[in-house]
Amino acid sequence: MTGTLAAIGAGLAVIGAGFGIGKIGGAAMDAMARQPEAAGKIQTAMIIAAALVEGVALFAVVVALIA
Amino acid sequence: MRIAPQFLRSILLFGLIVFSFQATFAQEIEEESGKFDPKELINGHVWDAHEFHIADWNGHPITLGLPVILWTDNGLTTFSSTRFQHDNSGEVVVEENGNKFVRYKEHIFYADKFDKEKFEETSTLARPFMYEDRPLDFSITKAVFSMFLTVVILLLIFGFSARHYKKNKRAPRGLAGFIEPLILFVRNDIAIPNIGENKYQKYMPLLLTIFFFIWVNNLIGLIPFFPFSGNVTGNIIFTMIMALFVFIVTIFSGNKYYWGHILNPPVPAPLKVLMIPIEIVGMFTKPFALMVRLFANITAGHIIILSLVGLIFIFESAMVSPVSILFVLFMSVLELLVAALQAYVFTLLAALFIGQAVEEAH
Repeated sequence: MTGTLAAIGAGLAVIGAGFGIGKIGGAAMDAMARQPEAAGKIQTAMIIAAALVEGVALFAVVVALIA
Repeated sequence: MRIAPQFLRSILLFGLIVFSFQATFAQEIEEESGKFDPKELINGHVWDAHEFHIADWNGHPITLGLPVILWTDNGLTTFSSTRFQHDNSGEVVVEENGNKFVRYKEHIFYADKFDKEKFEETSTLARPFMYEDRPLDFSITKAVFSMFLTVVILLLIFGFSARHYKKNKRAPRGLAGFIEPLILFVRNDIAIPNIGENKYQKYMPLLLTIFFFIWVNNLIGLIPFFPFSGNVTGNIIFTMIMALFVFIVTIFSGNKYYWGHILNPPVPAPLKVLMIPIEIVGMFTKPFALMVRLFANITAGHIIILSLVGLIFIFESAMVSPVSILFVLFMSVLELLVAALQAYVFTLLAALFIGQAVEEAH
């Protein structure tokens, strides 16, 4: 039972991560459409923010793995 | 310096071919039980081990036995891990230097003090630490071997690049020309914006080491054949030590403004009671996040690739292989990106924390 609950918990965490990174990507696309010259900087910032959000989601995966 | 397109194309082709061979190296199906256990495949690849499992030949595992180095009551004891004869269930007893040892799930115990139920009852987090029953284990394990390999690779690459600068004054070509933009990237985009123009030079060796060490270790974990397949950055103790180094550097380079902000934040008194514990806890959670982020990203990537390859064996059908290998190829390319990205994020956050520590008052 703990195994299934852990898997469900990991799945929930991934929903949050998908949502967050999707929002970051969407905002980045809007910004790049508004100002194409800044596309490089925006892309870098997007990648950094995505890595941080993914880090948080992977905390939850690690806790699920331990359980 | 421009890299020739043909060179890039052949590197890409080579990389794709290497990664599509992931499936052929997953030969650890246990014929005894008959049923393929994906958990065993994953655990065999992700956890550390005392020997390097290279392949299976006719059901017989071929391994490279790495040296076991133990600090026991009788002093330093070393022997080859082949003396355990691939046993991980505490049955084979190795006698050396007056002590008897058994190995259970890659933990080495004194033979007379080993108790299976006690081991199974201790939590996973406490298991490495049962020191009344175990000698101190300083063995060269798979992860240590891979780390040494990374060190050799980095020394070779940077040694050859440095030689170029000693010999001539012109812009570098070749290996040094490949490395120079990377080093300049770390300096201009990671170190200077975060630490500042006047103070970044002291921290450049640390940041460069962190960046390239983590990157090469990530890449080594992705290549599926010996001598490269050791999983170093997916080992939480390794990432813990890296985060610990960053933590120590920030503590020791903190100036009075840094400690002032933590212990006496410029907020009204009622808020100060709340902020000071938060800031102190924040001091510890930042390196903790560094540790978990790198560990989880890399381990998750390895588990995904191993599971996709294991799909072929779960379905026991060759029809699954084209789909599975295509997925594995795609995930491997993504993992290449993650390898570089995680190295970049770790270095960036390390530079950020150091920058916060040495920041002057505004």
